Amino acid sequence: MLRYLGRRLLLMIPTLVGVAILTFFMLRVVPGDIVEVKLRGDGGNVTADVIAAERARLGLDQPLIHQFGDWMLGLVTFDFGVSMWTGRPVVEEIALRLELSFQVAVMATIVAVLIAIPLGTISALFRNTWIDYVVRIFTIAGLAVPSFWLGMLVILGLLAWFNWLPPITYTPIYVDPIANLSQLIWPALAVGYRYAAVVARMVRSSLLEVMKEDYIRTARAKGVFERLVVMRHAMGNALLPAITVIGLEFAFLIGGLVVTEQVFNLNGIGRLFVQAVARNDFMLIQTLVMLLAVVFITVNLIVDLTYAALDPRIRYK
Amino acid sequence: MAPEAGAGQALDRADHSTALLRVEDLSVQFATSRGTVRAVERLSYHVNRGEILAIVGESGCGKSVSSLAIMRLLPKQTARIPNGRILFDGVDLLTLGDEPMRALRGRQIAMIFQEPMTSLNPVLSIGEQIMEPLFIHLAMTPAEARARAVELLGLVGITDPERRLEQYPHQFSGGMRQRVMIAIGLACKPKLIIADEPTTALDVTIQAQILELMQDLCRRLDIALVVITHNLGIVARYADRVQVMYAGEAVEQGVAEAVFADPRHPYTEGLLRSIPRLDRPKAGRLATIEGLPPNLLSPPAGCRFAARCPYKVDACGQEQALLPVAADHWSRCGRSADLHQGPSGWLTPAISEKPVRADAKPMVAVTNLAKHFEVGGRLLGGGVAVVKAVDGVSFTVQPGETLGLVGESGCGKSTVGRLLLKLETPTTGQIDFEGVDLAGVEDQALRDVRRRIQVIFQDPFASLNPRMTCGQIIAEPLLVYRLVASRQAARARVAELLGQVGLFDYMAERYPHELSGGQRQRVGIARALAMEPRFIVCDEPVSALDVSIQGQIINLLEDLQHRLGLTYLFIAHDLAVVRHIADRVAVMYLGRMMELAPRDDLYAEPLHPYTQALLDAAPVPDPVVEKARAARALGGELPSPLRPPPGCVFSTRCARATDACRQIVPTLEEKRPGHWVACIHVT
Repeated sequence: MLRYLGRRLLLMIPTLVGVAILTFFMLRVVPGDIVEVKLRGDGGNVTADVIAAERARLGLDQPLIHQFGDWMLGLVTFDFGVSMWTGRPVVEEIALRLELSFQVAVMATIVAVLIAIPLGTISALFRNTWIDYVVRIFTIAGLAVPSFWLGMLVILGLLAWFNWLPPITYTPIYVDPIANLSQLIWPALAVGYRYAAVVARMVRSSLLEVMKEDYIRTARAKGVFERLVVMRHAMGNALLPAITVIGLEFAFLIGGLVVTEQVFNLNGIGRLFVQAVARNDFMLIQTLVMLLAVVFITVNLIVDLTYAALDPRIRYK
Repeated sequence: MAPEAGAGQALDRADHSTALLRVEDLSVQFATSRGTVRAVERLSYHVNRGEILAIVGESGCGKSVSSLAIMRLLPKQTARIPNGRILFDGVDLLTLGDEPMRALRGRQIAMIFQEPMTSLNPVLSIGEQIMEPLFIHLAMTPAEARARAVELLGLVGITDPERRLEQYPHQFSGGMRQRVMIAIGLACKPKLIIADEPTTALDVTIQAQILELMQDLCRRLDIALVVITHNLGIVARYADRVQVMYAGEAVEQGVAEAVFADPRHPYTEGLLRSIPRLDRPKAGRLATIEGLPPNLLSPPAGCRFAARCPYKVDACGQEQALLPVAADHWSRCGRSADLHQGPSGWLTPAISEKPVRADAKPMVAVTNLAKHFEVGGRLLGGGVAVVKAVDGVSFTVQPGETLGLVGESGCGKSTVGRLLLKLETPTTGQIDFEGVDLAGVEDQALRDVRRRIQVIFQDPFASLNPRMTCGQIIAEPLLVYRLVASRQAARARVAELLGQVGLFDYMAERYPHELSGGQRQRVGIARALAMEPRFIVCDEPVSALDVSIQGQIINLLEDLQHRLGLTYLFIAHDLAVVRHIADRVAVMYLGRMMELAPRDDLYAEPLHPYTQALLDAAPVPDPVVEKARAARALGGELPSPLRPPPGCVFSTRCARATDACRQIVPTLEEKRPGHWVACIHVT
């Protein structure tokens, strides 16, 4: 098991190197750079000398391979460089937002799992009855309604009915849990609804599949209580595919909540990403992509380990 | 009341005092989008305490559905039981509430299913699954349940039960899983066990072990057993009484010996005559039950078998009742007396000997063929193991001959077929086909060889593209190889081929799912014939088919061989089928050839202990022979092909194995003229 874990962690290295190469060079294929945006954006009129000087300061005049080598050297020593726009270390820029994004993602996951598993289960068990139809309408709506729009409704609802708005400045949960939660619970709910819809549909279809399996018939033939047939015999098998979906969605939430963060005025990774791209802030973009790659790989690893814990057929050596 | 009432009462009188289970006038219907399927109609039978009843019939005859009805495990949303009673110990199960019924399942009536590979929950340990009914029904403490589970595993012949309890289903072989299923069934000492095709998915030696175990346990523990099967040999060997079903109805019931010796329904008689016999030399063509069972959406009025029956008369259009024809023997045929006295209506025409040119140059000569697969190799380390799927196999096939290749699953017989088709590349060894070494054949020469070697696969559904019509499937090789001048010519040739395999030319427009299993296999044969091959590898061509359809396909293959001068390599696990169709037979075990002999020599005097065990394990449809035979199933399991035993690969299961066997790898030697054996004990 430990050997397997070690091997998986080692395998992260070639994957990340691949991501680094692709990101670095694809960014440079796009015309324009941060100096253009910074100095010539908004109709600024500066001489070519100034531009060249600024490029030299940021190291953008170096040959590509040289720039790439510098960056890779930095990565290896965990020196991710400074933001080309603000001049602050990239790590600082990201750390500031990662805490918030991570918390929203975790809360949304909790919301989603708490809603999705019971909902998907009863929907499958009461297949083609009114209960199932209600759940299916609820989940289809969850897929169809954009999270940011739902977020706006939530804010408007809070304002209209309670004459209250969530705080707009971020307070870490360890400083003031109440202030923190009263700000972040709303985006978590708005995002969690869609998330729950995806997972609930997966739970439903996979439970329907499992309930047709021969071993469910065996369990019934043994005289097992119907409740136990579902909880013990079916759920353990039906949850496996749902776990994959939960993991992928979680990884997506870390960097993917661009518009929702805007709506709730959250200073998260998604927003930082958009800003960095708009400004051609190469150093920041590269590091963010690397971060998300690490998140995806780690989540996948956790999903695989969960599989192994739940399914005895999967044993890693 | 349905017209069957009379028969039901007749059954009542038979054994009212001791009947444990009495099914009376039971019908089961399924609501489908195309109408109501009348899966079981007015079925009546009884099972006495401690008795073994076999229910036989082909797929779709209602044998499984009726037993699921007893367990009340039919799908609630679609299944309906319009009439009937199921009396178990005097209680009508159909009127029982859900909770009392649940309490009965697993406690009083246990069920064992066909697929041991999928019938156990993969994420729960064997121990948890065996102990579950003990907790639920008998409220045992964990310590008691554990002790009982250990005892049960011992009872079903699983060694090292303490450790095995902690393991999961995937760590067990198919046979071992079926033993676990039996242990679960026995857990609460039920009065009745229903076993639905319990050994169909298993190899013949394992089948014998499992059935002997079940028979022995039921006798010892006084449990009544209902075995549902399509295999008449199993019925003959294990059943006290037998019930034959056809198209949802019971057509014949009685004591096994009487039904086999004196079948009183044409369907039973036809079944018995259409199966190849392991215990008799080939007499001629198989009798076949032509046609297909009726569609149960709209079953015909009167006798449901009439359309396929050689004894048919006008009166068969009337409703037929299951009537007593002798003591404890019922038949649903108006002419049952004629069956008893008159000559058989089933024709078994003799066939001329086919022209096998034994002295000619062999068409196929395989020398020292081996195929090793590497498994377990992974990125960043991890050991590589080698499975020797085929190891040092040599044989020849003469022009016009059928060579049967038999063995249990995993013996490498299909790999040999794939090597001959060049679907796999041999690790070592030569395959000489009509003077060409297949290993060196490339490009145009390979295309040329491919034309002359064709294949018929086991699963006629999976091997036909579902999105192509049968005509397109058959025409494809013609067009790819430019064997026809135009699409018109292709159509004409397809019609001709369909005619050759006994299908109508309008079937070219049909898709595979619109055909029955037997018709699909005929399409597969037509596709192979399209290339005008000289040699056909038949890989289990009839094992997925029902008994009556099997006979049709075997006869077709024989006819084609005679008409077109074909040569076959016939791969099968069914020894009786091979005895019927093959001229010579090769027996494989764990990648090695054990014995190779002319058909009659091999079956009359098998020399290798493995062949002897195989023949011994396969039941023949004759209760007199079977009941006289001592129980002596081949013990043990197939060793892991990753770690084959040293010396003779069969030595771990062989009764005659000595120390020498565990050291010396025996070579295939000609011990009698034309009779090759790989065993150091055979002289």
